[in-house]
This record gives sequence, C-alpha cells and structure tokens, in this order.
Amino acid sequence: MTFLTLSKIQKSFGAVQVVRDFDMTIEKGEFVSFLGPSGCGKTTVLRMIAGFESPSGGEISIDGRSQANLKPNQRNIGMVFQAYALFPNMNVAENVAFGLKVAGKPKAEIDARVNEMLGLIKLDHLADRYPYQMSGGQQQRVALARALAPKPQVLLLDEPLSALDAKIRVSLREEIRMIQQQLGITTVFVTHDQEEALSISDRIVVMNGGRADQIGSPFEIYNRPATRFVASFVGTLNLIEAKVIDPAANRIAIGDQAITLREPLGAVKAGDTVSLALRPEAGSIAEGAKGDTALTGKVVSSNFLGSVIRTRMKVGDAVISFDMFNAPGLSPPAVGETVTLRFTASDLLIIRE
Amino acid sequence: MNTANLIDRRKIVDWLGIAPFMIFAFMFLILPTLYLVTGAFFNPAGEFTFKNIADLAHPTILSAYWISIKVSVASSLGGAVIGFMLAWAVVLGGLPSWIRSGLLTFSGVASNFAGVPLAFAFIATLGRTGLVTLLLREWFGFNLYGTGFNLLSFLGLTITYMFFQIPLMVLILTPALDGLKKEWREASEILGASTWQYWRMIGLPILWPSLMGTTLLLFANAFGAIATAYALTGSSLNIVPILLYAQIRGDVLHNPNLGYALALGMIVITGLSNVLYIWLRSRAERWQK
Amino acid sequence: MKTNRLLAWVAIAIGVVYFIVPLIGTFEFSLRMRRGEYSFDAYQSVFSDMQFRATFGYSMLMAFFTIIFGILLVVPTAYWVRLRLPQIRPVVEFITLLPLVIPAIVIVFGYLRLYNSSSFIPLTNSTSGTNALLMLSYITLSLPYMYRAIDTAMRSIDVATLTEAAESLGARWPTIMFRCIFPNVMSGVLSGAFITFAIVMGEFTMAALLNRPAFGPYLQLVGANKAYEPSALAIIAFAITWLSMGLLQLVSRLQKTAPRKA
Repeated sequence: MTFLTLSKIQKSFGAVQVVRDFDMTIEKGEFVSFLGPSGCGKTTVLRMIAGFESPSGGEISIDGRSQANLKPNQRNIGMVFQAYALFPNMNVAENVAFGLKVAGKPKAEIDARVNEMLGLIKLDHLADRYPYQMSGGQQQRVALARALAPKPQVLLLDEPLSALDAKIRVSLREEIRMIQQQLGITTVFVTHDQEEALSISDRIVVMNGGRADQIGSPFEIYNRPATRFVASFVGTLNLIEAKVIDPAANRIAIGDQAITLREPLGAVKAGDTVSLALRPEAGSIAEGAKGDTALTGKVVSSNFLGSVIRTRMKVGDAVISFDMFNAPGLSPPAVGETVTLRFTASDLLIIRE
Repeated sequence: MNTANLIDRRKIVDWLGIAPFMIFAFMFLILPTLYLVTGAFFNPAGEFTFKNIADLAHPTILSAYWISIKVSVASSLGGAVIGFMLAWAVVLGGLPSWIRSGLLTFSGVASNFAGVPLAFAFIATLGRTGLVTLLLREWFGFNLYGTGFNLLSFLGLTITYMFFQIPLMVLILTPALDGLKKEWREASEILGASTWQYWRMIGLPILWPSLMGTTLLLFANAFGAIATAYALTGSSLNIVPILLYAQIRGDVLHNPNLGYALALGMIVITGLSNVLYIWLRSRAERWQK
Repeated sequence: MKTNRLLAWVAIAIGVVYFIVPLIGTFEFSLRMRRGEYSFDAYQSVFSDMQFRATFGYSMLMAFFTIIFGILLVVPTAYWVRLRLPQIRPVVEFITLLPLVIPAIVIVFGYLRLYNSSSFIPLTNSTSGTNALLMLSYITLSLPYMYRAIDTAMRSIDVATLTEAAESLGARWPTIMFRCIFPNVMSGVLSGAFITFAIVMGEFTMAALLNRPAFGPYLQLVGANKAYEPSALAIIAFAITWLSMGLLQLVSRLQKTAPRKA
C-alpha cells in the first residue's frame, strides 16, 4: 500500500536546480534511505517532505493527502536532526512531552506517553537530565523519542548518526531499526554513509546531482549497481576499462587477456572501451585457473586489514583489488609475485552510464 | 632545597603576578567604596550611628531616589524592548546583511555616545526650540510643550537615556539571538508548535538570562548616569546622582556623612539589582553548564 | 516569512527614526547661529576657542596615558590569570565588572575622601597628583571593557603553549610579554584602547569633581552658557566617537580572531 508519494519533485534555489524529477513511492511501514554524497539533494528532499522547503514543481502526498498547502506544524511528521536539536532549556521528559503539550493533550495522557517513550529508548532513569548532561548518543535517542511521542505518520531522520562515535553509531542504528520495526512507522533516513544505509534499510535511493540514480533493496544496490556512480559510491569496487574485441561474441580484453562476458555487450563496436565492475570480495586466488573467469596479474601491494587481506594486482593497465579472508597459516601474496584471480562470471558486471 | 619549599616559592610567585592588579583594585575600587559604606554609619564626630541612614527619609531625598528608580526602570525596560526588536529584526527578520552590520556599527557608536553631548543633541531636537518641536508646530500645528511635555522631566530623561540604552541591548542581544539554533525552531515546528509557542516555550526561556542580565545592566547604567542629566537640567532635576554631585561640590546637606549614606543607597540599589540578576540567572540557567 | 520581513522593516524604521532624528536635529541646530541662513559659524566659534583646544588636548593626553597604563595593568594580569591562576579567574572577573555596578560618582566621592590633602596619600594636594588620580579613575572606568577585550583575545591564543615555546627558546619574561603575548592580543588591546578613548573623551563626572580642565566639564560649561556651540560640539563629539568605534571595527575585522562573545 503506497503511503508516501513523491511525484516529479523539482527544487531550485535561484538558478541552481538541486533536485530534479525525483519520483518515488514509499510503502506504509517501509524504511527507506536516501544515500548520496553531500550536495546531492537528499536533505533537500527530506526537508520538502517535512515542509521546511516547498518544491518548485511536483507534488508530495502522504496517505493520499497532498501536503502542498500544509505548514510543517500541520503535517504530523516526526523528525530527528543531525545536531540533536534537543531544547536545551527542557529536561528529557519535557523534551519528549513537547509535541503532546503543544497539541493540548491532557496531562495524564502526556505523562503516560512520555513514560512509554522513555521505556522504548531505555532512558527512563534519565528523565530529569538536561541535554548538556548527556552524551551525544543519549541525546539522539531522546530526540528519537521526542519525534515519536506524538505518533507521527512519517518519521524523518536527517543524518542522525553522523555526529556520533563509530561504536555508538552502529549500536544506535540497530536500535533505530528495531524501534522502527516495532512501531511499523514509515521512515525516511538520510545518510552519506553507505554501510549505514545498507545495514538498516528496506530500500535505498542512491542520489546523485539531484536525481535518484537507483532505487532498490540493499542487496540490489550493492550487487547490481545500475550506474557507474552507484557502483563507485556503494562499497569498494574495481572499475576496469576493457577493450571490445568482438561485440557479437561478447568478447573483450583486459590488458592482453581476452574474456567472454556472460552479459550481452549491447550496441558497441570493436575497439570501443567498456567499463566493467568487480567487487574485491568476489574473487579468490586459484593458481592455474584459466578461461573466462580468471585474470592473471602481478601483485603491486598487499595490505593486512585485520579480517581481510587486500591485494592489488596489475593486469595490463588496470589495477584490480581483491580481498582474501584472513586465516592462520595463510601466506599473503608477495609484491612482484604473479597470481591468478578466479571469479564467478556473474560477478563481472558491465557498467552503463 | 626540598620540594615543599619549591612549591611554596612557586605559589608566592604566582600570587605576586597579580599583586599589581589586586593593589590597584583595592586602592581605587574597593577601599573608596568601603570608606563610604562605613562612613555612612558614623557621625562627623566619629561615633557609630544610624542617623545618616534615617535621614535619607527626607522627602527631597526620597523623591530623588524615586525619580531615579523610575527613570532607570523605564529607560532600561524601553531599551530592552526596542533593543530586542531591533536585534530580532537583523538576526531573524530576513533583512539584507548590510542592515545588520550597519546597525551593529551604529550601536557601537551610540552606546558610547552618552554624557554631555547626548544632552545637547536632545535639547537641539526636542528642546523648546529643537528641530522636532519646531517642525511639529510648523507642519502639523502641534504644540509639543503645550501637552505638558518637558525634556527636563521623567519622560524627557527616559527618552534621552534610551538613546544609549537601546544600542547596548542590541550589541549584547545580537550574538545571543545568533545562538538560537535553527534546528530548535524547526524541531518545535515539526512537533506542531506555532511561532508563538516556540517563542514562549523555547526562544525566550533560552534568551532569558542574557535578556534579563542586560536589562539589569541598563538599569545600573541609567541609575548612576549623571553627566547627561546634569547637562540637560543643571541641578534642577532632583535625581540621586545629581543630589550627590551637589552634595560633594557644595555640601548642600551640611553633613558629609549624609553624603556617604546617599552613596550607600546608590550602591545598595545597584548591588541589589545585581543580586537579583545573579539569583534569577541561577534559576534560569539550571539547564546550562 | 513575508510578515516577518515586514515586521523587521518596521522595527528597523522605528530604530532609524529614533536614532537619526536627534542627529539631524543637532546638526540643523548647529547651523542656525547666523540669523536667517545656515552657516558653520558655530563650528568656527568652537574651533577658535582657546579653551576648546586646551581641554581637548588635555583629554587626549589623559586618554593616551590611561590607555598605556591600563594596558600595562590589564595585559599581564589577564595573562597571569590564564597561565597560573585560573582558579582566581571568577574573582578577577568580578572585580573588573564592579565599575559597572558602582556608579562613577560614588567611586570619585570615595577618592575625594581618601586621597584629599589630609589623608595618608594626599594625591589631590598637587596638580600632578590630581592628574594621576584622574587617570587612575579613568582606568577604573574602562576596566570592564579593557579586561574583556584583552581576555577575549587571549582566549583565542593558547597562552600556555606560547609561553612554553618561548621559554624553550630561551626567552626571558620581558621578551615573552612584549614580543610574544602583546603582538598576539593586539586586536583585543586595540579594541580596549578605542573604547577607553571614547570613554575618556566624553567623561564628565570624575574630571568635574576633581576640578581638572578636561573636555567633558568644558562641554558642560559651554552648554550652560551658549546657544548654538553645544550642538556643534555634540556633532564633533559624535564624530570622535564614530571615529574610535570605526577604527575598532576596522581592527577587529582586519585581525579576524575567534568570534567574540558578548
């Protein structure tokens, strides 16, 4: 069931168009992440949903109702900001109660709801604390409770984790996801951190230059990037330039090693260059492997990263990284050594712009 | 030399470093004040007495205190309200930025433009032959002084004092208003609060300490001001600083120790306003570091 | 948003009227000396007045000494408090704010009783002694502004590290003070100096009660006896204030230090 619809959204600040033709529908209870580098327009889209900015074109509707003429305080949306934005003059309980209070709810109802919310974020014991007395992680949990207290129809999260320490970032994102699933609230999460987006979303929108480059599940986004941008932004990826030998036979060459691709090459001619993508974790060393799923090259570097060893090898002009899981007794390839990398045919993707 | 000795020596050097300042403060700030405060409790013969304090109850003196307090309260509140409006306008009113820098520069000047020249300016503007008085008469046939207005009155003095009170407020409040985060406003809005609710429950409570502190500073500022009033009115307007000035110059009260009591009264009032400030602030700042 | 902007413009308009009208009024008044036409006669009269020059010069000189001695008192103190005695900071700050609480007339009244001819330090016995007392009173008056300006500038530099660096290079105390600390807090020192200048040039109470021929009492005297010159003097005084504040702004803008807190 479609709950939040964004159709043909445009936004310009003066002559600069920051969002163009943004189209998507979000299901009730879905957790959607807007992922992209800063300046890609993701926050602007979020702020348009909240009503802080109005679209230059297109329409936003929630639960079938157009939001065009509604001010932010009429939309019944919850929002968590990057910089906590707790009201410094109120303690935790007062902060959480704020939305209910301005809505004129009776005191007993407010108290009950505040308790419920504090229980949800497991901060019952800090109800009397002021924001300055709490850590960033605690403040952000209170901000989440405050946003959820008035039972909003949509929850917006504007990079809520980016000001926090790495460890808290991971635990809080899991907590956010758990609470979201528990309440079944439709949620839009803005982030520039691909790991964050991959780990907690139902669907991800990868944004670039004000457009949605790809919309899909984390699995699709990671394994089947639709554009070069998505491929390079999400995860680590080898982008390999290859020369077309025979378009009809899907035959290309990397350096002097010819390979037949499983995917059709499409409208290219012999001598053209195509971009191929290969995840570092997709390959493994297999001495003696040959054929369309192997490449041989010279090791240029080998870095021990803890759980994995990342090795870079040169094939023709292309440098290809690949990861091996660490294991006792494993001897990492030495620089200068010649190794053969084997991968699955379906892992080598053709990237079209 | 043992370590204890070393530590002691270092401590002594530490304190010697601020000795000049402490001596200066003691001799030219604290001692003179203490001298007057204690003097207020002695008669010329050097005996302890409460008579000087009791003598403050003289109608002339009481009315002087009353007018002083009225002018100070009115000009500080007026300065606070208008200063707040101006600071709000340049920070949150969406005006072009040159207005902001212009206002701040001007405020820097005007807050220091007090004393005698300020009196001249208002005589030339709102005096009996001042520009505004004349223009009102010529253009609108309105006789300002016919309404009972007098520059040398409570109202006139209040309007004049506000000329340096307002800019002072602007200078202190502008950064305070800058400190209001945009996110607080947005968070309250998305939670359903109206503009009025935002200001009542978040904006003003956060600004309250600086707003109140500055108002009390303005109060003390106006209460001790003498040059403007003296140049405006000679000694015809009966306010405390002028009374004290006349007492110092010519001993009109024929009792130097009553002068001390007068000074003590001034210190008590400005001191109380500060105690009030500190108390209110400690309440208002429970939520701050 | 639209109503906001409208209200803002209204507020600014009220402010502009309130602040500009008295200045126009004063200027207009200062031009009225010659009957029936505008002229600069009042200014001519002011500038040709020997007393104007004498008192103006006296106050300039006073301002100069106040600034020099004020800086010599405040900079080392602020430095020392930051470096060695951070625990005493609240006390020092409280003292520097006292002149805003204790009215100037009370302070000078105390001076007159403490340092008169019959006291143990009879400063008012001689002209130079009285001059010194007046300068000290000016330092007191400007203390809140001077200390704040310099302390703010010091906050933006790391005093302790700077001192250690200088010491490790073998610098002695005077070198550290005048070669390392002063140049780095110059913006604060200058802001403090300009405010002090503005205060001293217009100050009336202290000079009048200590009977010194300063610019403030002269202004008052002219005001009591002449008609148009006071307006001309007010315009001149305003120009002086504007000049010192303009220079202050210039300095703080040129030496972009950490944002200043009010």
